[in-house]
Amino acid sequence: MSFFAAFREGGLALQQRVENLFDVFFDAAGNPWRHLGALGFFFVWLTAASGIYLFAVLDTGIEDIHTSIEYYTQEQWYLGGLLRSLHRYSADALIVVMLLHLAREFFYGRYHGFRWFSWITGVPVIWLVYASGIGGYWLVWDQLGQFSAIASAEWFDWLAIFSTPAMRNFITPAAVNDRLFTLLVFLHIGIPLLLLLALWVHIQRISRADVFPSRSLGWGTFAMLTALSLIKPTVSHGRADLSMVPQTVGIDWYYLFAHPLMYATSPAGLWAIAAVATLLLCILPLLPHPRQPPVAVVDPANCNGCRRCFEDCPYFAVVMEPHPDKPGHQLARVVPDLCASCGICAGACPSSTPFRSVERLVTGIDMPRQPVSALREEMECKIAALAASPKIVVFGCECAANARRLESADTAVLNLMCSGLLPPSFVEYALRGGADGVLITGCREGSCAYRFGAQWTEGRMSGTREPHLRPTVPRERLRIAWADRPEAGSLAAALAEFRKNLQDLGADEKRPRAYTPRRIAYHG
Amino acid sequence: MVSKSALNPLALAGQALLYGLFAVIIGYFSTAPKYEHLPPDHALIKLSFSHHGQPVAECRKRTPEELARLAPNMRAPMECVRERSPVRVQVDLDGEPLFAGIAPPSGLSRDGTSTIYRRFEIPAGEHTLAVKMNDSVRIKDFNFSKAEKVTLKPAQILVIDFDAEKGGVVFIQ
Repeated sequence: MSFFAAFREGGLALQQRVENLFDVFFDAAGNPWRHLGALGFFFVWLTAASGIYLFAVLDTGIEDIHTSIEYYTQEQWYLGGLLRSLHRYSADALIVVMLLHLAREFFYGRYHGFRWFSWITGVPVIWLVYASGIGGYWLVWDQLGQFSAIASAEWFDWLAIFSTPAMRNFITPAAVNDRLFTLLVFLHIGIPLLLLLALWVHIQRISRADVFPSRSLGWGTFAMLTALSLIKPTVSHGRADLSMVPQTVGIDWYYLFAHPLMYATSPAGLWAIAAVATLLLCILPLLPHPRQPPVAVVDPANCNGCRRCFEDCPYFAVVMEPHPDKPGHQLARVVPDLCASCGICAGACPSSTPFRSVERLVTGIDMPRQPVSALREEMECKIAALAASPKIVVFGCECAANARRLESADTAVLNLMCSGLLPPSFVEYALRGGADGVLITGCREGSCAYRFGAQWTEGRMSGTREPHLRPTVPRERLRIAWADRPEAGSLAAALAEFRKNLQDLGADEKRPRAYTPRRIAYHG
Repeated sequence: MVSKSALNPLALAGQALLYGLFAVIIGYFSTAPKYEHLPPDHALIKLSFSHHGQPVAECRKRTPEELARLAPNMRAPMECVRERSPVRVQVDLDGEPLFAGIAPPSGLSRDGTSTIYRRFEIPAGEHTLAVKMNDSVRIKDFNFSKAEKVTLKPAQILVIDFDAEKGGVVFIQ
């Protein structure tokens, strides 16, 4: 294993352990690690909302800017001061969750293949977040703002792109004027607007993008930031004085770390660091990676245009078009460049039901690597081969805890590309075909490699999402146990408990009547 | 595993602890540790100017023949080269060389301003500061100079600039 692969594997193992630790206290919707992108958006909204008020009360005159900020920080602490602190801390938190989001997607390997677009468009987002944040410090025009403005100007002047060096704007007290501050305010509004545009582009290939955290996570985070703002309100340094150097400054390391780094190296050195980091991020998707399995295929003869695959696709890879032969009907079409090869569409297709009596099951939309027909065949064979009771069928997921280890005389394991590939009717088919119980496992919500595998499966099995598991199927014979890769132990424990429950159930009157004895017997 | 019901006190305590940890991380690095930008008892000299050097050659009067060859609307009597001289600067502090450099004219035709910016951290106190500058390739020696005893307090900034209206090199404190 290369150093790169080992680093990523190690990071992923650590990442998953931390996420699992948080799972102890948070539910799937409330675990911040599983919604870092949504949290990032939340901090952007918070920063924007608090910034609107701060802009309204800000006086951009060179003499008045510091005074007006001091007024609402000290005299109006309960509103202006609180909003200023929220503005600052939500911007800081944005940096933290943005970098964690970046690291998490890297460790999970979500930066190449069909995901290249989201990865690459995330790079300018990083630059814009920093540009938005750093500009905000200048506006306060205290000693920290003076330090940051001068350091930034010195950095940009190395590029020699201005006819008059930017540094000349801050060279003496007389050099700074009101118009400069009007420009800075304009930049501090304009760059965040560009950031919003970049974020919009960033999520263009993701359906139902997670841009709002759950209520519990949103309120919890807001309460945390409010408490921090009250306990440690943001205050200004002394008024800026361009005739003196701010000798010691309490800098915001989330945004301003680049300034000490520049003074420790040089402006050219900092440009080199920034350029190399940007380049590395951009070339990551181009490095050699395992080939993506073949994309989904639509069979027009079996597609009735129901739109379920279109609704469920996590990446906008399925589009609906007018049917060429049936006026008024639609036909699904797969966009190969967007397709993740996850199979969630096949699980959503109503024609993926194994109860169809055709010898070769062809569905409306299917995965060439794991066709529904082959899945039915494999399941029939494995159920027929089970030698002990209770007979259990486990539907596992290649990305989650390894379910293959659970295979035994009474347990058949079918590993899916994603738990979302499983058509719910397979559960009933397994029970009618001789299985005593069905266990479904896969990645936990929020860590699903294809975003919605766990969520859609839960919905389909509980009857809240189409296609749904028929209500006549006894739920006590179905168990869902989500388990990420490091949770093989808890998956084994869930299976043991399920086995015991099935033993206690015994021969149940409510158990579905055998429906397809011919096919199972054939394989037996 | 802890029940994650909204009313479970253990889950709530765990969540409060983890939110609190996040708040501590955000709050601490938002202002700390402090960064020392300039050592104590030091001052700063900034050498900064943005100045057009003189043309590299004198303007010359066009001959009648040359004027006749030009289009009627282009017949300016004097021909001046666009290219400007680079600006040479030398800074000495207490008799010791602190900086010597050349700022080339900007622009593809080398007809823009010459700019330079350097910062020097020096011990606070009294110093003799001498600056010499040349902005013409047609002059061998320095054509602007200024030398002065300056007293700098800790953290004070002294700017060395060029202001033609004030006679050339200026010290701004």
